[in-house]
Amino acid sequence: MADELLKSTNLPHDPERATLEGKNKFLGFWFFLGGETVLFASLFGTYLALKNSHLDGVPASELFGLGLVFIMTMILLTSSLTSVYAMYHMKNNAPKKMMLWLGITVLLGLSFLGLEIYEFNHYVNDYGHGFTTSAFSSAFYALVGFHGAHVAFGLGWFILLMVRNWKRGINLYNAPKFYIASLYWHFIDVVWVFIFTVVYLMGVVG
Amino acid sequence: MSATATKKAGFGSVLWDYLTTVDHKKIAILYLIGGFFFFILGGLEAMLVRIQLIQPDNNFVSAQFYNELITMHGTTMIFLAAMPLLLALMNIAMPLQIGARDVAFPFVNALGFWLFLIGGIVLNISWFTGGAPDAGWTAYTPLSIFSEGHGLDYYSIGLQIAGFGTLMGGINFLVTVITMRAPGMTMMRMPLFSWTTFIASVLILFAFPALTVGLFLLTFDRLFGANFFDPSMGGNVVIWEHLFWIFGHPEVYILILPAFGVFSEVIPTFSKKRLFGYSSMVFATVLIAFLGFMVWAHHMFTVGLGPIANSIFAIATMAIAVPTGIKIFNWLFTMWGGTLRFTSPMLFALGFIPSFTIGGMTGVMLGAAAADFQYHDTYFVIAHFHYVIVGGTVFGIFAGLIYWWPKMFGKVLNEKMNHWFFWLFFIGFHLTFFLQHFLGLMGMPRRYWVFLEGQGLDLFNFISTIGAFFMAAGTILFMYNIVWTAMKEPKASGDPWDGRTLEWAVSSPPPHYNFKQLPLVRGLDPLWIEKTEGNGKMQPAEPLGDIHMPNNTIIPLIMSIGLGIAGMGIIYQVDNPMWWIVAVIGFIIFFGSMAVRSLKDDLGHHIHKEDLEKEGDGSNG
Ligand code: HEM
Ligand SMILES: [Cu+2]
Repeated sequence: MADELLKSTNLPHDPERATLEGKNKFLGFWFFLGGETVLFASLFGTYLALKNSHLDGVPASELFGLGLVFIMTMILLTSSLTSVYAMYHMKNNAPKKMMLWLGITVLLGLSFLGLEIYEFNHYVNDYGHGFTTSAFSSAFYALVGFHGAHVAFGLGWFILLMVRNWKRGINLYNAPKFYIASLYWHFIDVVWVFIFTVVYLMGVVG
Repeated sequence: MSATATKKAGFGSVLWDYLTTVDHKKIAILYLIGGFFFFILGGLEAMLVRIQLIQPDNNFVSAQFYNELITMHGTTMIFLAAMPLLLALMNIAMPLQIGARDVAFPFVNALGFWLFLIGGIVLNISWFTGGAPDAGWTAYTPLSIFSEGHGLDYYSIGLQIAGFGTLMGGINFLVTVITMRAPGMTMMRMPLFSWTTFIASVLILFAFPALTVGLFLLTFDRLFGANFFDPSMGGNVVIWEHLFWIFGHPEVYILILPAFGVFSEVIPTFSKKRLFGYSSMVFATVLIAFLGFMVWAHHMFTVGLGPIANSIFAIATMAIAVPTGIKIFNWLFTMWGGTLRFTSPMLFALGFIPSFTIGGMTGVMLGAAAADFQYHDTYFVIAHFHYVIVGGTVFGIFAGLIYWWPKMFGKVLNEKMNHWFFWLFFIGFHLTFFLQHFLGLMGMPRRYWVFLEGQGLDLFNFISTIGAFFMAAGTILFMYNIVWTAMKEPKASGDPWDGRTLEWAVSSPPPHYNFKQLPLVRGLDPLWIEKTEGNGKMQPAEPLGDIHMPNNTIIPLIMSIGLGIAGMGIIYQVDNPMWWIVAVIGFIIFFGSMAVRSLKDDLGHHIHKEDLEKEGDGSNG
């Protein structure tokens, strides 16, 4: 029975949901994302309440530029797409292709994170906009930083899964693991879309 | 491993078994031990508070220590006593009630327990390192950001860790109810306790993240120089109140709904009747949970949100009384015309109904926003929430513990002692809290270290303290009963109360795989159906076969310890950056063991059919 789980042949079309464990993971992870939604909603609420409390510091409208953030948005959206390709190949039991697309996803995620670090650095050094500058700055870094930490965690997760399963193909045991990691990745992406809108777009406009 | 095999094993191996267990029945026992320990601790704190208030101008404890006592009493009772004790009941009863062999995520279940325990320990370390938190269990800002020492840091870090644990437990129960029910166990055949476990888990899932964020922000303000709650830096103190109560009000329903569930099991069993209005009970539970998310601002009527906001929240608040009333009447109608047996769980149920109704009534009084300006922050509020939390949740916990004790330990607690326990506790409870309504109306504020002489508050405070001693005496008797029962009482059968639901169809305690063959459920109260229409035993829904079980693991414990160490490092890095090393070590342990968990294949093991055939028939002990 146990070997059955680790075999890579004759996989059903939805290997991630073929076992009870897989189904449970899938469902449990959706619930987890429900909780994460409340978490980010609370952070967004806090940010909205404090976004004009910049004191003597730079206000949002002068701080944010849309160019870099737009590139970051595109990178993250693309990485969501590439993770969809990876899952597509997983369902077709094509582990090599899956790994390739996962690799691309990770690279895109890393470049997003790199740009975010660059951006934060820029704010701190060129605008004196640090975590402790004002209530606005604290709320900004808390919200966007939380998202960044999620990205970092997601990247670590993908890398770990790839290393572990590099040589052993897709099976009923690891398919759910890949699948929920990619769900998580989509979730991070959706949160970013809201950050882009609420923090950056509304910040520049309003 | 049957109960006898465990008994023969040495202490070391039993300990190791519990440290690594993923069995929901053992996790229930762990929750019981942990929760009960903190219940005693919180009770001691309460006794000290009451002794301080036994007479005017008393000097029994210092003002600072008094503040620490009330803060830790509330925090401990809510997060470390009531919730874990309810989780103990959920763990022992729910999987059995729905006819499952196991929960959906045994590993996560264990992790939830250890996180709770480590969080509780971290919080209480503060007593020994310069002072416990002292800003009230609600930790209102800005008081909590300017509180000196590290007490409030222990509060935010300790609760953060314990809160993660609760969240894990909630997700596990949600999925368990959805995917692990036995054949024929539809949602609308599920016992009410399983229903309330399910709904309380939904509340946990959507309420706790708000607390998580609140605690993070508090930590950032206190330890990392952020300005969320510091008005001089543009911060806003009301944000904390919102986040706290967006969590806090659903939290009180997390506490009461499972207790409602317990009474909905106890009352039918001891009335020999099915629950009156089952579907309206389910509906009322869902409605309460839904409304519970829309009333948080009734804790903030005096903040100044404005008359419109106050009115909306007042009306939403009072609306909750409607589904609650439905429940009260359903319990009464269940007993109506039934064959009542006055066992001790039933006594707690009977004591609950009037007590909780009084608490609900004062709740509606408080919900009248204009009147609340008078009641707010007085002893009237203290009386209100103790009537609902003690008269509801704690009575429910005791009813449930006594009722399911045989499922946990294979013996029925001594009934005679439990009757004494009930009366001591019940009388003590009303003595302590009833007069506090009037103290509040007479203007006695809550959270004050002393009250003054000659204001007519002396007598009622004195009586209140005497009542607290009655409750303490009752609790001590209950603990004595536990020891006495373990030594003197005979082994219980699988069905000592003449029960109606599936947990009574297996032996006490059940085999670790619960059901040798999954039972076929034919309706509500499935065992009762078989008792009245069949041969008294559940019919199997599947042929005898191999059973898949998860492996034990130490990783949940190690992960939790890692997080505890990291938390200590974070608390002290403000004093000395070297503590970052401790924090990093803690995080490495945490994430490292998480990675080990993810990298190592853990497929579980099988109990083979042949071995199952050798063991007796396992049903009805
Ligand atoms: C009909 C149902 C209820 C209503 C209308 C209600 C209403 C209220 C209101 C308006 C307050 C705020 C009073 C103030 O601070 O001025 C309050 C406080 C409180 N209630 Fe209730 N309540 C109800 C049921 C419950 C239940 C079932 C529980 C718990 C099991 C509970 C626990 C609490 C607690 C702990 C507080 C005090 C929190 C604090 O300030 O420390 N209530 N209630
Ligand atoms: Cu409330």
